[in-house]
Amino acid sequence: MHWEYAPAPQAQDIVELRPSYGLFIDGEFSDPDDGTSLETVNPATEQVLARVAAAGPRDVDRAVTAARRAYQQTWGPMPGRERAKYLFRIARLVQERARELAVLETLDNGKPIRESRDMDIPLVAAHFFYYAGWADKLEYAGFGPSPRPLGVAGQIIPWNFPLLMAAWKLAPALAAGNTCVLKPAETTPLTALLLAEIIQQADVPPGVVNIVTGDGLTGEELVLHDGVDKIAFTGSTEVGKRIQRAVAGTSKHLTLELGGKGANIVFEDAPIDQAIEGIVNGIYFNQGHVCCAGSRLIVQESIADAVIDRLKRRLQTLRLGDPLDKNTDIGAINSPGQLDKITELTASGIREGAERWSSPCALPDRGYWFPPTILTRVSQSHRVAREEIFGPVLSVLTFRTTQEAVSKANNTPYGLSAGVWTEKGSRILWMADQLRAGVIWGNTYNRFDPSSPFGGIRESGFGREGGRHGLEAYLDVR
Amino acid sequence: MVTSTRVEPAGSGYAQWPAMLVPGAQLSEVMASEAMLRRFLSGLPGVDQVGTELRAGALSTRSIKSDAKLWALDMAVRMVDLTTLEGADTDGKVMSLCAKARRPDPANPSVPAVAAVCVYPDLVAVAKDSLAGSTVQVAAVATAFPSGRAGRQVKLADVRWALEAGADEIDMVIDRGAFLSGRYNMVLDEIRAVREVCGAAHLKVILETGELETYDNVKRAAWLAMLGGADFVKTSTGKVSPAATLPVALVMLEAVRDFHEVTGRRVGVKVAGGIRKAKDALRYLVLVNETVGEAWLDPSGFRFGASSLLNDLLMQWTKQQLHCYVRPDDFSQE
Repeated sequence: MHWEYAPAPQAQDIVELRPSYGLFIDGEFSDPDDGTSLETVNPATEQVLARVAAAGPRDVDRAVTAARRAYQQTWGPMPGRERAKYLFRIARLVQERARELAVLETLDNGKPIRESRDMDIPLVAAHFFYYAGWADKLEYAGFGPSPRPLGVAGQIIPWNFPLLMAAWKLAPALAAGNTCVLKPAETTPLTALLLAEIIQQADVPPGVVNIVTGDGLTGEELVLHDGVDKIAFTGSTEVGKRIQRAVAGTSKHLTLELGGKGANIVFEDAPIDQAIEGIVNGIYFNQGHVCCAGSRLIVQESIADAVIDRLKRRLQTLRLGDPLDKNTDIGAINSPGQLDKITELTASGIREGAERWSSPCALPDRGYWFPPTILTRVSQSHRVAREEIFGPVLSVLTFRTTQEAVSKANNTPYGLSAGVWTEKGSRILWMADQLRAGVIWGNTYNRFDPSSPFGGIRESGFGREGGRHGLEAYLDVR
Repeated sequence: MVTSTRVEPAGSGYAQWPAMLVPGAQLSEVMASEAMLRRFLSGLPGVDQVGTELRAGALSTRSIKSDAKLWALDMAVRMVDLTTLEGADTDGKVMSLCAKARRPDPANPSVPAVAAVCVYPDLVAVAKDSLAGSTVQVAAVATAFPSGRAGRQVKLADVRWALEAGADEIDMVIDRGAFLSGRYNMVLDEIRAVREVCGAAHLKVILETGELETYDNVKRAAWLAMLGGADFVKTSTGKVSPAATLPVALVMLEAVRDFHEVTGRRVGVKVAGGIRKAKDALRYLVLVNETVGEAWLDPSGFRFGASSLLNDLLMQWTKQQLHCYVRPDDFSQE
């Protein structure tokens, strides 16, 4: 019998939205000196959530100056065990206010509350806890007897995991003794600003963390500022290259975590039902707005039809709709610009000969939506097999021999992630050796842990976040 | 150069997977010999433990509210096999259980009768008598329940005895010793023999998953039962811990879904043991809904073997209607 789940919306009154937000500089919120403001929108309803300051050059300078002062006077000289206390405090406050953060993240980003509640926010807390533990043990991290911090870190983060990316950047930087100027993404600044409140609540000394909201121009000011010792960027390869050009020849340290076109490789002896879940989790998790998404399914030809049939059946059970509904699996696309890009790239795939199948789910009238989609008959030369779509669109390729799987997987300018599905453990290890990617998952996909380093090679960037390796990006190891 | 380094384990035979798991495949071939059967079962796609548990865990976060919850409580009541399997069972206890099965909540006539009452063979006649004129079926555990440690003739006699006393459904146990030692043919033969004795009676095959060790084994045992002609595959006797779990149910649901795809025959799943709360029952129903779909959301597709679960379902039902909780003693206890 048919059973329709009743709406189960998460109450949003836990979040108190202010009509406008200033910049968080030197421990206080202030209006921009020479900046402007921008609106942030709920992508599921197109309603304006709040006005947020867009920092100008003088604002960025204020933030960097405050960070420098804090680095020299409070945070830099502070013993690691004291810094750890603040980080533990932030982690606990994130846990205490987890529901509030999750709801706000879903409102601002469009991701399902199930994901912000069960993935994003718990991982944020876990990241702060993990690096809090490192703060007084840096001399044992393998970077020499007394590794020094770099100074002021300028950190620019994307909109796909707004708060999680803030945590990935701030936690290791602060543990290592740096101070930070963080620029959240233009379309998703709100949880970072709530984190600023938590940082105030945790009594972190003024200037240690500064949050300057704004668009690309603000980011550019931050990258070009002379007072910054380190730039850490997560975002598109195109912008990453521009940043790398801008800091070339300066003394600034740089780490980049850029795009990807992850290969999810399924062998004929794979645990098939779990592989289907892994494919779904690889590309439809967070609407495919995941840099390490398994956007290319490379499946052995003997089981390709069976896998695609099962995948289609499974996609029809994915629930697309109100991101605040606790039973929603697929939320809204973050912005109209991103929706256009997904639509355009998918159309190019069809023009080039791919076959499109989309889950026949109804799309809401308002907001930005794209149904879970599979492109079959894709060949290596198609744009949809080469360019990052950053949406819920899976390109399917097949292989006959293991060598073919390896060469197809590696035939990309990117090198962030890959997945291997097989019941044979030795084959996973062998494949991991052959695949050119920073992260390789065996019989799983899109699993994260603060103790495990994450990062890419080639056009996916350089530097690692997470784990002991993540400290290296914020220590003077030369 | 790469493929030459791959040494397939003997008998893995996964290349047969597509051939044997496509709609309309001749499954009688796989039962032609011990070797074929073994090859087929070990060639079934593997089950990854971590992934299975993650999926079951993710589905258990579904939030079932208002009308959807009421619908599910109603369905869950209709899926209950109200069970008593104690050495101390009396005629009186069985009669009172049957009264409860016919009309779980006398205060609320909208609550339907349960699916069946499940007892030992010696109490079938009592149950049959008490349930006369109702839709409630009488199920008997047979084949030397719960251990299954008896000779074939004894097991079949057990089944005949239950059927002669009027049982509509037989819950048999598989020979776990034979299964775990790889004598698949022996297990299959026994299921087929019981099936034959059962005739038109409904046959549920208990895998006792708590003794099977791996999800791969659960899947293989489920296939064996289906090949042997089971109408239902059932997780547990309730006498071994762990009994039913969500991941085990997920693996079995995937197996019945695949079997249906190949043969067109719909086999049901019964979870039994340790399911006491309405919340747990709802989680199983979500699993059914999102794994095999609505065709199984019916007492002919899914059952709960339970006793105390029923009262919690009734309590939640009343709560949905009155918007407050009532006392446990407002419902009869068996």
